[in-house]
Amino acid sequence: MMSPAVILLLLWMIVPLAMTLYFSFLRYNLLMPGTEAFDGIQNYRYFLTDPAFLEALGNTLMLVGGVLCITVIGGTLLALLLDQPMFGQGIVRLLFIAPFFVMPTVSALVWKNMFMNPTNGLFAFVAKVFGGTPIDWLGHYPLPSIILIVAWQWLPFATLILLTALQSLDSEQIEAAEMDGANAFSRFFHIVVPHLARAATVVILIQTIFLLSIFAEILVTTNGGPGNASTNIPFLVYAQSLLQFDVGVGSAGGIVAVVLANIVAIFLMRMVGKNLDL
Amino acid sequence: MGSITLKKVAKRFGDVEVIPPLDLAIEDGEFVVFVGPSGCGKSTLLRLIAGLEDVSEGVIEIDGTDATEQPPAKRRLAMVFQSYALYPHMSVRKNIAFPLKMAGMEKSAIKAKVDHAAKTLNLSDYIDRRPGQLSGGQRQRVAIGRAIVREPSAFLFDEPLSNLDAALRGNMRIEISELHQTLDTTMVYVTHDQVEAMTMADKIVVLNAGRIEQVGSPMELYREPANVFVASFIGSPSMNIITGAPAAEAGATTIGIRPEHFQLSTDGGQWRGVVGVSEHLGSDTFLRVDVEGVGTLTARAEGEFPARHGDTVGLTPDPERMHRFDAAGLRIVR
Amino acid sequence: MARQVTLNRRLINTAVAWSLGLLIFFPILWTILTSFKTEAEAISLQPSLFGFDWTLENYQEVNARSNYPRFFANSVIIAVGSTLLGLCIAVPAAWAMAFVPSNRTRGILMWMLSTKMLPPVGVLIPIYLIFREFGLLDSRIGLVFVLMMVNLPIIIWMLFTYFREIPGEILEAARMDGANMKSEILYVLTPMAVPGIASTMLLCVILAWNEAFWTLVLTTTQAAPLTQFIASFSSPEGLFYAKLSAASTMAIAPVLILGWFSQKQLVRGLTFGAVK
Repeated sequence: MMSPAVILLLLWMIVPLAMTLYFSFLRYNLLMPGTEAFDGIQNYRYFLTDPAFLEALGNTLMLVGGVLCITVIGGTLLALLLDQPMFGQGIVRLLFIAPFFVMPTVSALVWKNMFMNPTNGLFAFVAKVFGGTPIDWLGHYPLPSIILIVAWQWLPFATLILLTALQSLDSEQIEAAEMDGANAFSRFFHIVVPHLARAATVVILIQTIFLLSIFAEILVTTNGGPGNASTNIPFLVYAQSLLQFDVGVGSAGGIVAVVLANIVAIFLMRMVGKNLDL
Repeated sequence: MGSITLKKVAKRFGDVEVIPPLDLAIEDGEFVVFVGPSGCGKSTLLRLIAGLEDVSEGVIEIDGTDATEQPPAKRRLAMVFQSYALYPHMSVRKNIAFPLKMAGMEKSAIKAKVDHAAKTLNLSDYIDRRPGQLSGGQRQRVAIGRAIVREPSAFLFDEPLSNLDAALRGNMRIEISELHQTLDTTMVYVTHDQVEAMTMADKIVVLNAGRIEQVGSPMELYREPANVFVASFIGSPSMNIITGAPAAEAGATTIGIRPEHFQLSTDGGQWRGVVGVSEHLGSDTFLRVDVEGVGTLTARAEGEFPARHGDTVGLTPDPERMHRFDAAGLRIVR
Repeated sequence: MARQVTLNRRLINTAVAWSLGLLIFFPILWTILTSFKTEAEAISLQPSLFGFDWTLENYQEVNARSNYPRFFANSVIIAVGSTLLGLCIAVPAAWAMAFVPSNRTRGILMWMLSTKMLPPVGVLIPIYLIFREFGLLDSRIGLVFVLMMVNLPIIIWMLFTYFREIPGEILEAARMDGANMKSEILYVLTPMAVPGIASTMLLCVILAWNEAFWTLVLTTTQAAPLTQFIASFSSPEGLFYAKLSAASTMAIAPVLILGWFSQKQLVRGLTFGAVK
């Protein structure tokens, strides 16, 4: 009964990947049909030596790393806060998780136009109220701005998962530590943090999968610019293949992206494999 | 009618033989308890009877007809599971009615039977609740209710009381025994608790590593355990097992003396030892006594027996009630 | 916790949590508010939170001008369609793995998880070319299929964790009670599996609704869902804040509401059952 699912996933994985691999060794441009020819590793040489590649690689790592830092640390703090007794906890929780359900194009455009716009944006208004000069966020700080937008989308996810983990912590464990003379500080680092570690691993794994493929946010805010200042690997591959129609180089880029993702994946699956009890 | 006969029944999982071929006869109306330590194969044996596991070889006869190949539902047996296995999405009424519905009984008859069962089991007030809203004891009764409405030829119980607390377990033990007297139907009951076995059974089957160690009434097992395993398993606190010189003196490899079969004295006695722990239960006092050359023995004294930690007491075993076993661990018949 | 917390402490917690919560929620709130402003007020250099003339004209204009209902319909068809199709394939698979596990089950599950690691750009070109070849570009059916494949591992994992929680003893009890295969599935298994299937469905609809890679690169107009519609505001139309806000509000409202109902399932589904 599993075979349809297995076969479909296998096809979904193998066929396109094999085609990408094949194209990556061809000189193949959609604008020049009929000129396809075997081209050895030229596409890879071109893609990897293109200065845009190193920049995109750096941007990808900054984007993933930056968002992970903000969401995991921020998520832990927010989860600890939400775990405290308070009034209206249910409603506060709803407020906190809402950004996760906003579609990426909406959040990117709302932030871009209504907040980060240097003349009409809310940030500009706030800057002027306090006597500062409005900043052209996406023009001057494109990558940090995108990190901010993406972190806003993913912070709820980290918070929610860490909160769920926190609530599954046996309160008797905390009480036992208290009886053993642990103060609040060591209780946090010796009991709470190890307990959260598993959930944090999962958060990092899942978010990395999605963050490595961030696309829409870049497409609608900066289009990768200015220059290549906010281009990540997926966007670079997209631009090569569907904007410059260079299938060969685009495919080589796709394979590079797959290899990079696999390096990260192997590392993460090791970490998480033990945690996913079956 | 509800006799069950096992003929050379064996069960293997792959190369592992969990139950070597065994024979067993369960008479109509009997309350039979399978008892043994965990992993002894008692639950597997019950599941073979139920038809939830296929036998590897041998024949199971129910009411004199071969049921080996019959599916569970056709064997006219009802089972109460350890986790109760109630259907969480159905009310108590629907849970109890389920087997009748499956049997295609008409609605009015079902209702009458369910109401009757609920009344017998004191479930009438909860009849429309879901299992999730019930306490452990109530769930247990629903599971029993689901079993009795079918009027099966035999009931199978798989450690039904192990999820209940001690007080409730005592009550349910009595309820199940009463139920057996009322219904007069064969019951096969699996437990690891020898107290349940002793108090409820007409016949106890002691199992160890898939083998039947002994079959008999509770008092037979108590008075004449067939081997060291049964001797130490049946009885609470368990029998003192002594090997070495004291056993050789009695002409055996191993001797066993139950705590209640010692004569205790403050001075004199066959063996003298130092009291380690004394447990005063009120009616009885249990002493842990270190006797040099014999070992640590448990002995029962009367409730007011004046012994404290560090006192020296005398122990005299009752020679008539001393159990002697040979090198193979089997009982030496005098 | 059985511990008594002082009222002061509780009030401070409440104040801090609410302030932070409102701060995080603010962009959404601001979007909703702006959608009721006139364009002039929306780009006013002195923005006001509530003190403006409320109007519905943005909604009317978005609906009238930009063929909004078609985009909305596409989103619904693609999200629901890909989820239902995925369930049809995933239910038997998850069923088999949960109830008839073999020693390869764990490996297959891990492998399915690993297919999620495959970056979409790695297969972008072949999918694009195959779609072009078969005339599937900008078609709803093509997108339904792609999103189904993208979410299939999550659907299977999530269903698996739910099915595995159905205790085996229940099935044995049903067999003892005389249920045959058909009534076992009808009266016992299905009712117990439905909550899990429903939560899986909910989460997958949300994920598919918000998917913004394939929907952007494989559609242009005919099959374009709301993600593409909103992206078309990117410039220069995006400077009409009020209309952008109205369109955005309509695009996120359904999922926001669905999402609020499915918080618990969200955690479970997105962590592949590792956190419950």
